[in-house]
Amino acid sequence: MDYSILVGGEAGQGMDTFAHILEKTLKRCGFYVFTHSDYMSRVRGGHNFFYIRFSDKPIYSYSLKVDVVFGLNDESVRLHSPKLKEEGIIIADKEIARDSKIVHLPLMDTARDLKNSRVFTTIGLGAILKYFGLSLKSSEEIIEEEFKEEIATINIKALYAGYEMVNRKYDIETLEDKNILIDGNQAVGLGAIAAGCKFYCGYPMTPSTGVLNFIAAHADEMEIAVDQVEDEVAALNMALGASYAGVRAMTGSSGGGFALMVEALSLAGIIEVPVVLINVQRPGPATGFPTRTEQGDLRFMIHAGHGEFPRMVIALRNPEDAFYQTARAFNLAEKYQIPVLLVSDQYLADCRTTTKPFDFNKIEIERYISGAEAITDKEYKRYKITENGISPRILPGKVPGQVVLIDSDEHDEWGHITESDEIRTKMVDKRMKKLEGLKSEVQEPWIIGDEEPENLIVCWGSTYGAVKEAVDSLREEDVSIGALVFGDIWPFPTERLLKMGKGAKKIIDIEQNATAQLDSLIREEALIKSTEKILKYDGRPFSGDELYARLKEVL
Amino acid sequence: MKYDYKLYEPSWCPGCGNYMIRTALKQALEELELEPHEVVLSSGIGQAAKMPHYIKVNGFNGLHGRALPPAIGIKMANKNLKVIVESGDGDTYGEGGNHFIHTIRRNIDIAHFVHDNQIYGLTKGQASPTTAMGQKTTLQFDGVKVEPLQPLALALTMGAGFVARGFSGDIPHLVEIMKEAINYKGYALVDIFQPCVVWNKVNTFAWYKERIYHLPEDYDYTNKEKAFEKATEFGDKIPIGILYKVEKETYEDKFQFIKNGEPLVDRKLNPMDAEKLMKNFY
Repeated sequence: MDYSILVGGEAGQGMDTFAHILEKTLKRCGFYVFTHSDYMSRVRGGHNFFYIRFSDKPIYSYSLKVDVVFGLNDESVRLHSPKLKEEGIIIADKEIARDSKIVHLPLMDTARDLKNSRVFTTIGLGAILKYFGLSLKSSEEIIEEEFKEEIATINIKALYAGYEMVNRKYDIETLEDKNILIDGNQAVGLGAIAAGCKFYCGYPMTPSTGVLNFIAAHADEMEIAVDQVEDEVAALNMALGASYAGVRAMTGSSGGGFALMVEALSLAGIIEVPVVLINVQRPGPATGFPTRTEQGDLRFMIHAGHGEFPRMVIALRNPEDAFYQTARAFNLAEKYQIPVLLVSDQYLADCRTTTKPFDFNKIEIERYISGAEAITDKEYKRYKITENGISPRILPGKVPGQVVLIDSDEHDEWGHITESDEIRTKMVDKRMKKLEGLKSEVQEPWIIGDEEPENLIVCWGSTYGAVKEAVDSLREEDVSIGALVFGDIWPFPTERLLKMGKGAKKIIDIEQNATAQLDSLIREEALIKSTEKILKYDGRPFSGDELYARLKEVL
Repeated sequence: MKYDYKLYEPSWCPGCGNYMIRTALKQALEELELEPHEVVLSSGIGQAAKMPHYIKVNGFNGLHGRALPPAIGIKMANKNLKVIVESGDGDTYGEGGNHFIHTIRRNIDIAHFVHDNQIYGLTKGQASPTTAMGQKTTLQFDGVKVEPLQPLALALTMGAGFVARGFSGDIPHLVEIMKEAINYKGYALVDIFQPCVVWNKVNTFAWYKERIYHLPEDYDYTNKEKAFEKATEFGDKIPIGILYKVEKETYEDKFQFIKNGEPLVDRKLNPMDAEKLMKNFY
């Protein structure tokens, strides 16, 4: 079984609540769920919609073909009816335009009878659950858990009213509920909190705001200082101050906000203060496409900042990966005293996916902070020249008699401004030496499908899900195909790529950008050239079925 | 002296007001019995911002205009550190203007000493936000065409709880103001007149000396209207001293877990503590 429901309407019509209850209901019925939201940059009106897909087998993407369209207005019906499968239906209020597939229901009249016009989506929910042969039990529980009693009562009545309006079409067996349902931003936030982040600051910017919101929502409980800064320039400078003083600190934004952090990113490089930051990409340039998705910042993340300094860049592939990699980022930042940049995008940020519950036992916190034992000379040298480029780090105020001086100017081992050519060279070498250590930390890309494929896909970050589904489908047709999905992007891992690239007849680069940025990086780092490119930059994410079709064209 | 770096001599010009400000600061720290490791100096870029290299306390010499944000992060992470920000008028009121405004709004417990020489020194003589209208500079050949920023009046408008003005040529007076500012629980702004002997031929030592006067003994520093009057008095007579001082709740104290607990930097970290947040996702 594999079904999809699409709900569409204006912002402010209650779709978020509908989608939330429906997806959670399906999860609690034991299904794998994947929700993708398509929304405009406005608070009211416009046209927004959700794809909610569920199955008894793991799913990794949304699907362009749907079984039910729940249209909250004429426009939704008009726009989305072409997406219906042969046997699909449209559920809509009886006032909504004619279409042979519409099952007209008295949604608004019933809502008015219940004296709350807002519950008409809940009536639709009851009807949809009945259509798939599911009971109302889980939805009732969720409504009782999340709504105030008065509102819950009326919504449950609405649910039952909707249930009586349609006939059962399917009879789906429920399964055991073993998963969590989480989006990419929440997973990043949870990873940061698990890693002991004690300071998070940011300026709201779609689609990164979810990380700030999640951490802020748990700040008091988890004792994390959260600051809504005046601008992103303040954000990274402030996080660096907090980290210098000794707490794990993080900031995040989307492209434009990250652009404002770039000067301080370079600062992090020279002062060697650890910091974690996330860029939840959206299409640029400039304001671009605020609520849409793109992978246009790969090169920007690798090169941002004036001057040369080591950094780590990690792309997040799904919520589970987002959780563990965010926690890992804090360890790497502190071990190497560098900025670690996480890259997500609107698609990963907003998609909610059923995921195996995170194992907090797997998270290790490694601080690499020294005490008085680090003082080998009379006075502490913050930038002591060492074999691996990493200088022992003490915290200000923690070793009586010793001070910690950091400087954005080129400096000597004590952190004092220098004009010396000799010291300059030594300090550049010291900093860049950390890159060698980092290379040993780099994780190879995930492999999907054949390990010795004739057709090798290369991709990175959130395209993982769509690529996984497309590759699985093609392998069922006996196509020799495999994919490398890059997570660690910088330093760039080449081992698997060189091995698998050698035997491949075709190398297909799949990215959500116009300039094939990963492809150029691969050429630069591994001297391998792709033979085909599948690029998409319309602001909408690849779905598994879409990618399957596009791969068919090039194979 | 315990705040001296023996090997590092200031790169300031002979006769620069920065020397006097350094002397005053060292004396203030000494009299407050603060140990070098208990204090952090955060600064931006400019001649004044080199201060962390010439006083031996912890130092965060960051980016131009960005002295305040790191100071906020530092204080939030470790409330036990005495955090002092030292930077010039260009750094604070120009490049860092936005941070200045919003730091006042936060009222976080830091002392902010602005070396105000009404000119750009390190970049060689251009107008600063506090250069007088009409003054000729190395860039504004026919005179500055914009109004000067009024830092003290601005701070008062934004609700600052501690607003003062000092003069590098009056060290004993400056030491007392600095001590009060460091001990003040909240954001304390001290704008310090400091002649630039190379680039500012108008606001010279003699110019300041002729104009400044101490606020009288009976001056009521809790009177905001009076403070406004004194903050905008900038002509033949210019007052120095603490213009305004009232108690206000600090930013960090609004976080109960910071106010009532040990500094965040001393917290034990355990990933398992966060496991309970998973309940939101079942």
